[in-house]
Amino acid sequence: MIDLSLRIAAVVVGLALLLNLYRLLRGPDLADRLLALDTMYINSIAMIILYGMYRETTLYFEAALLIALIGFVSTVAVAKFLLRGDIIE
Amino acid sequence: MLYLFLALPFVGAILPALAGNNRNLGASLAALAPLAALTGLLLNAGPIFDGGALVASVPWAPTLGLNLTVRIDGLAFLFAVLVLGIGLLIILYARYYLSARDSMPRFYALLLFFMGAMLGIVVSGNLLMMLVFWELTSIASFLLIGFWSHREDARKGARMALAITGGGGLCLLAGILLLGNIVGSYELDVVLAAGDVIRAHPLYAPMLILVLLGAFTKSAQFPFHFWLPHAMAAPTPVSAYLHSATMVKAGVFLLARLFPALSGTELWTLVVSSAGMATLLIGAYVALFKHDLKGLLAYSTLSHLGLITLLFGFNTPLAAVAAVFHIINHATFKASLFMAAGIIDHETGTRDMRRINGLWKYMPHTAVLAMVAAAAMAGVPLMNGFLSKEMFFAESLHLGLSGIAAWLPPLVATLAGVFSVAYSVRFIHDVFFNGEPIDLPKYPPHEPPRYMKIPVEILVAVCVLVGVAPAWIIAPLLDAAAGATLNGNLPDYSLAVWHGLNLPLMMSVIALVGGLLIYAFRHRLFSLHERLPEVDEKRVFEGLVRMSQGLAWRVTRVFENDSLQDYLRAMLMALVLALFAGLWLSPVDWRLPQMLPVDIPTVALGALLVVAAGVTALWHRKRVFALLLLSVVGLVVSVTFIRFSAPDLALTQLVVEVVTVLLLMLALFFLPDSAALESTARGRVRDAVLSSLVGIGVGAMAWLMMTTDVPRLADWFMAQSVPGGGGTNVVNVILVDFRGFDTFGEITVLAIAALGIYALLRELYLKAPELNGRGRPWAMETHPLILEVVSRPLLSLSLLVSLYIFLRGHNLPGGGFIAGLVTSVALLMQYVANGVSWVQSRIRSHYLAVTGIGLSVALVTGMGSWFFDRPFLTSAHGYLTLPVIGKMHLASALLFDIGVYLTVVGATLLMLSRLGRVSTLDRKRGGH
Repeated sequence: MIDLSLRIAAVVVGLALLLNLYRLLRGPDLADRLLALDTMYINSIAMIILYGMYRETTLYFEAALLIALIGFVSTVAVAKFLLRGDIIE
Repeated sequence: MLYLFLALPFVGAILPALAGNNRNLGASLAALAPLAALTGLLLNAGPIFDGGALVASVPWAPTLGLNLTVRIDGLAFLFAVLVLGIGLLIILYARYYLSARDSMPRFYALLLFFMGAMLGIVVSGNLLMMLVFWELTSIASFLLIGFWSHREDARKGARMALAITGGGGLCLLAGILLLGNIVGSYELDVVLAAGDVIRAHPLYAPMLILVLLGAFTKSAQFPFHFWLPHAMAAPTPVSAYLHSATMVKAGVFLLARLFPALSGTELWTLVVSSAGMATLLIGAYVALFKHDLKGLLAYSTLSHLGLITLLFGFNTPLAAVAAVFHIINHATFKASLFMAAGIIDHETGTRDMRRINGLWKYMPHTAVLAMVAAAAMAGVPLMNGFLSKEMFFAESLHLGLSGIAAWLPPLVATLAGVFSVAYSVRFIHDVFFNGEPIDLPKYPPHEPPRYMKIPVEILVAVCVLVGVAPAWIIAPLLDAAAGATLNGNLPDYSLAVWHGLNLPLMMSVIALVGGLLIYAFRHRLFSLHERLPEVDEKRVFEGLVRMSQGLAWRVTRVFENDSLQDYLRAMLMALVLALFAGLWLSPVDWRLPQMLPVDIPTVALGALLVVAAGVTALWHRKRVFALLLLSVVGLVVSVTFIRFSAPDLALTQLVVEVVTVLLLMLALFFLPDSAALESTARGRVRDAVLSSLVGIGVGAMAWLMMTTDVPRLADWFMAQSVPGGGGTNVVNVILVDFRGFDTFGEITVLAIAALGIYALLRELYLKAPELNGRGRPWAMETHPLILEVVSRPLLSLSLLVSLYIFLRGHNLPGGGFIAGLVTSVALLMQYVANGVSWVQSRIRSHYLAVTGIGLSVALVTGMGSWFFDRPFLTSAHGYLTLPVIGKMHLASALLFDIGVYLTVVGATLLMLSRLGRVSTLDRKRGGH
């Protein structure tokens, strides 16, 4: 049962990732593209955690943790860039 | 003991710096080391005079045949005494010669360095070790000739000397490697005993030519003679040393040293004697016409070196004895003559013999000394020069040649003798008599300080004593030195002043009378000589240098044309060639791999990767958009790494991705929104073909690697990780233990790169663009409040994660590199959210220092294993039980990992924070 639901969840998150990519490509604005990228990071976390559960290992947990902790830094940097141009001032 | 002896001059080179401005103290300190070395040598000389040698040897790099062997036999002893003894006199002389403007510690340090290098050549018992010192003398002489670096002739002369002797050193290196291969050892004892093997070997001829090139360039034999006269730009004490006991004597020393091993063939006779003969004649002839006092002496040195070389070329034991004898005699009279010339230069302000005349009246004491030394140079009876010249004449008659060839050596010898007398007479008569001085810069000249003359007096006394009573004074030393030169087969010879009325004496008489006659008719000769076209070797040499520079420049420009695209293209092209050549040449077994079942998420990942990468290529000129797409590629690659079980790579890729985005965002600020189209359609097609080829090649390689069952390095690492490195995370164990040296190299490169960027950006302030890409003004708020508030607690959390990842690194995915990047990102986040000044007021430490400490920690950890007699970076590990945390595994690799961590943090922050500050000042001033 859990196996099947994990498979379904993974397929759904995979589709979500593809849709994120579509939004990233279509835009229309840089802010839309940036949000799409940020969402892709979040979906990747989901994907990694699902895969870890499926393989019944904690080995991949740190990768998800790292994405959660520092993945948004790029988003922040680009957002800052859009606002001020200079990200470190 | 012997090593101490060899090290003394080098250690002593530091001493004069302690004296400060006290010139007497400086000179005394400089004299300390050579004096100690000379005393030690003389006290232990007993066995050397019995035909033995002092030997000490320790292996240095035994697999290369390189041992630290010190071997002092008679020949080495003679040279060591000359080097140290004359060196001491030079030190005393230079104390009064150098003016207050010259840096005395620098001069003495270089002089002692030179002395040590020369000493190293003569006492080396291993040819490779000798070569090291050989090169040191080239460098030391370069620095000494160019001592007055503000003068152009000094710089050019120094460069010429370095180019010629350095080039010769390379030839010598090749020759000695050949020699070592022929013999099977570089140890001097073995080489000297293997003369017959060497001469019979097919590689004898090229080896001999290479070794002789080394010797001839050093001892300024024709056609490499021209650097020596140009080295006259050196301070006179240096010239005196260079011409008497060191440098040029290193060349003839090599001939003497290898005489038993290399001589005895027709090739040796032909090459060595013809080079010697040419140098002898050219030097003697040109010396007569030099108006410069030092120039005359320089060319006379050439001629005497030619004489010594010619004697070795005669290839007989007696000639070798004569050569060694003449080396001693030349060293004594030439050093004293140069010192006298230096005194005259010092006291009159010029060295032009057309202006210096009649000094007898002003400085009779110096005049007597110079005249005696010049008489020795001319070969006047009762002087040491007479004895060796007599032996030379006698040898030239007894070569056993037939026909016209039998006449050539005596004829050349007599002719050179005639000229040698003529220039010696000129030196005496022009300088000390011949009317009144003309237009001297310093007038009237007077005697130099008392102590400046003492070195000259000592040397002149030696000249006379040897000349009058050779059997008492010099015979034991000459016996020992010549015996060692000939490897024990010393012939009978007699050191008497009077041998009866014979042919050599006749030749001496002819030389004396002829020389006087030539000098008497000098004016006619001078005008004749001036009509000859003059070849300026310096101009020819400079032309050659410029030509080779031009050539090098053009060749460099072909490959280094400042186009990064071209570099990349060249590298990829090479890669394609290597890949396809490999596929073509080796037998390849294409087969299908064991397939994993296909699932939708993996397909989705693949699709993401392909689309994102493709669109990045298409839209790469829209910079920010391309960067976002690139982030997608990086993210998908990380997730793919996880999907195929490479969590270490995934972690690394993730953090690198974030740092890259930060770095590029910093740079993009100063770039236009989109890049201009620069490539042509044809160029794009070519690049597309090239990149496809690379892709196909790399893909094929990966396919083959994964489908072929060959024993791989990975299996060994897997098996050895726990027993050998004490960690279950193979990747980390490889990084910090098995390949720790690589990692050390890499963090060093990282630190250097950071340092370079720091230096480049230090004074760079760019103007920030006023408007954004769409032509709108920037937002007013510099640091949004929400971001500030959220980011601060994140810092401690991130640091905790970083510590966790660091500590588990040895056994589970993680390690110093990843932890370092996580810390860097966490701190950079604070820069972004709170600003430079906020962070800087809280972090006081300098990132440059952090980088340096990191490198030092890694280095010290690596060296720590030396104390346990293990190679660099050997890891030790054990287990430690701590309260609360529990059983903990500790490896010395952990310390090394701390070094890696600190270096990464320091370097990354140094680079990015610097880049971030490039515009900050400008904005502050602009009041945005």
